[in-house]
Amino acid sequence: MVNVLVCVKRVPDSSSQVVLTPDNQAVDGRMAGYTISPHEECAIELAVRIADATGGRATVLTLGPSEASEQLRTALSLGCGAAVHIEADGVAFGPADVAREIAAVVQAHAGEGRGYDLVLLGNDASDTGDFQVGIRLAYALGLPVVNGVSTLEVADGVVSAHVDGPDGPETYSVPAPMVATVLEGGVEPRYPTLKGRMAAKKVEIETHAATTTPAGSSRVELKLPPPSPSSVEILGEGPEAAPAIVDLFEKLGVR
Amino acid sequence: MILLWLECDADGVSEISLETVAFARSLSAAGGGIAIRAAVFGDVPEAAKDQLAAHGINEVHHVSGPAYDAYSGAAWASALQDIRERTKCVVVAAAGSPRGNEVVAHLAARLDVPMAANVLSFSGLSPFEVTRQVAGGAALEDMRLSQRPALLTVAGHSWTASPTEQPTSPTWHEESPDVAEEDLVARVSARGEAKQEGSGALTSARVVVGAGRGAGGPDGFGGVIELAKLLDGALGVSRVVTSLGWRPHHEQVGQTGSRISPELYIPCGISGAIQHWAGCSSSKTILAINTDAEAPMVTKADYAVIGDMHEIVPAVVEELKRRAG
Repeated sequence: MVNVLVCVKRVPDSSSQVVLTPDNQAVDGRMAGYTISPHEECAIELAVRIADATGGRATVLTLGPSEASEQLRTALSLGCGAAVHIEADGVAFGPADVAREIAAVVQAHAGEGRGYDLVLLGNDASDTGDFQVGIRLAYALGLPVVNGVSTLEVADGVVSAHVDGPDGPETYSVPAPMVATVLEGGVEPRYPTLKGRMAAKKVEIETHAATTTPAGSSRVELKLPPPSPSSVEILGEGPEAAPAIVDLFEKLGVR
Repeated sequence: MILLWLECDADGVSEISLETVAFARSLSAAGGGIAIRAAVFGDVPEAAKDQLAAHGINEVHHVSGPAYDAYSGAAWASALQDIRERTKCVVVAAAGSPRGNEVVAHLAARLDVPMAANVLSFSGLSPFEVTRQVAGGAALEDMRLSQRPALLTVAGHSWTASPTEQPTSPTWHEESPDVAEEDLVARVSARGEAKQEGSGALTSARVVVGAGRGAGGPDGFGGVIELAKLLDGALGVSRVVTSLGWRPHHEQVGQTGSRISPELYIPCGISGAIQHWAGCSSSKTILAINTDAEAPMVTKADYAVIGDMHEIVPAVVEELKRRAG
C-alpha cells in the first residue's frame, strides 16, 4: 500500500496572451482562466496509478487562494482520494515559503499516522518557473529527491524513478519515503469521468492556514518583454511558393 | 569571485555552459575583473581544457572520485558547496539546463538562500539585480539577490558562447570532497542506451521542421518528415500534437518540451501559442507555413507562406528533388 501526496499549483492558463496584475507582481489569469502545469497533470496521473495499483491513496495538496479549490476538485475527479488546501496568498509566498508550508503539513500528517511514502510535484510551475520547490521540500523533510522524473514504480519499499537524462535514460532506486518532481511526457493524463466528477464533489477538503509569515521571492516586479513589431516577409501563397521557399533554403545555406 | 558549475559532453564543455561563461565574463567585467572559477565533474574531455582557457576561466576545480562517478544532485551540490565555502565566491551560477537548475536548486536549499532560474541579464551589482524569464519567456521578472552567495542559472541561448580576447591559463585543482551518506541515497543507479531518435537530435539540429494541429492527425506527418530528412534536419511538434498522442513527447518543442535554436525553423500548421514560442524563439530564422496569416507564429516569423501545409510541403519536397537533379 503506497500513499502518495501530489502537490499542484493554480496558475494562469498560458495558452493565450499574458497579462500582468496592476501591481506587476503576478501574471493575471482572470481573462485567460486558471489551470495547473502540464508537469503536474502527469504527476497526478502517476500518483493515482501508483495508489490504485497498491491499494493506497493519492492525496492532492495545494497552497493558494480559496479559488484554488477548483484545481483540487479537478484532481479529485481524476482519482485522488483526499485533498489538502493551505489557504494563502500564493503570490506573497516564495519557493522556500511554499516548501516550508507543505513540509509542515506532511510532518503533521506523519505524526497522525497518515504519512506519505511518496511526494510528487511538477518539475517547475508554468508561471513563476522557479525550478526549486520540490528540492527545497525534500531538504525540509530530510528526504531524498529525484528531479525530472518521467515514470516511477514502487516495489518492496523501493522507488524506481526513470529520468530522460542528458545522455540517455537513467534509473534511480531510492528507498521510500522520497520526493520526486515530474516532467511531462512519461504518462498520458486521463480525463475526468462523470462518476469522478460526482465523487469529487462529495470529498471534504482539509484546510489549513499558513503557519508562518512568508519571506517572499526576492521579486522586484514583473514586466512584459517589449513588443517586437512584425517584420514578416510573405514569400507567397500555396504550393506556387515552393520555388521561393527553396530559394530561401539556398540563401540560408541549409540545402 | 564567481563560481560556475559547467557541464561537459563528449566534445567538450557544452554549448549552453559556454553561454553561461559569457554571462559570467560580462559580470566579471562589470565588477572590475572579478576572477571566474569553474567546477567540472567526472570525465572531462581534453578539448574542454582548451575551451576553459579560451573562454577566460581563471581557476578550475575538477571533482572526481567514486562518490561522483554517477550523478546525484545532492552529492554534486555538496561538492559545489564545499568549493564555494573555501573560495568565498559571492555568485554561483550554472546553465539553465535541467541539470543546471537542479544542482543550483540543491545548493539553494542547502544554504537556505534564494535562487533565480533562467536569468537573462543583470542590471546592477549593488544591489545585485537580475532579470529572468518567467511564464515560458512570455514575461520577465526583476529579482534582487541580496544574500550571498547569489545563486542563479542562465537561460539558454540568451548569451552567445565566444572565446575571450584575453585567454587564460587556468590553475587546475583536482578534488574529491567527502560526501555524506544521505547525499548519495538518490543517485543514478542504472543507465540505458541513448535512444537513436531522442530529443538530443532535435536540440542540436541545424534545421527543424515543425508540425502542429494543422497536421490533422497521426498520419499527417509524412510530408514534414520527408522535408526534414531532405534538409538533414529533425522533426519538432507542438504540445497539442503530443497531447493528442499523434507523436512522441521527445519531439515536442516548447516550455514543457525541448528548447531549440536551429539556423532555420519551419513551423507548419503551428499557431504559435506561448507554450510553443518558449521553445522555438531562439531560432535564427523562422519560416512559418500556415493557413492563417494572422496566427502569432506568422506575425513573429521572419518569412511566411500562407496556405495548407499538406499542399505546400509536398511541393517544396518536389522542388528540392528537382533541383538536386
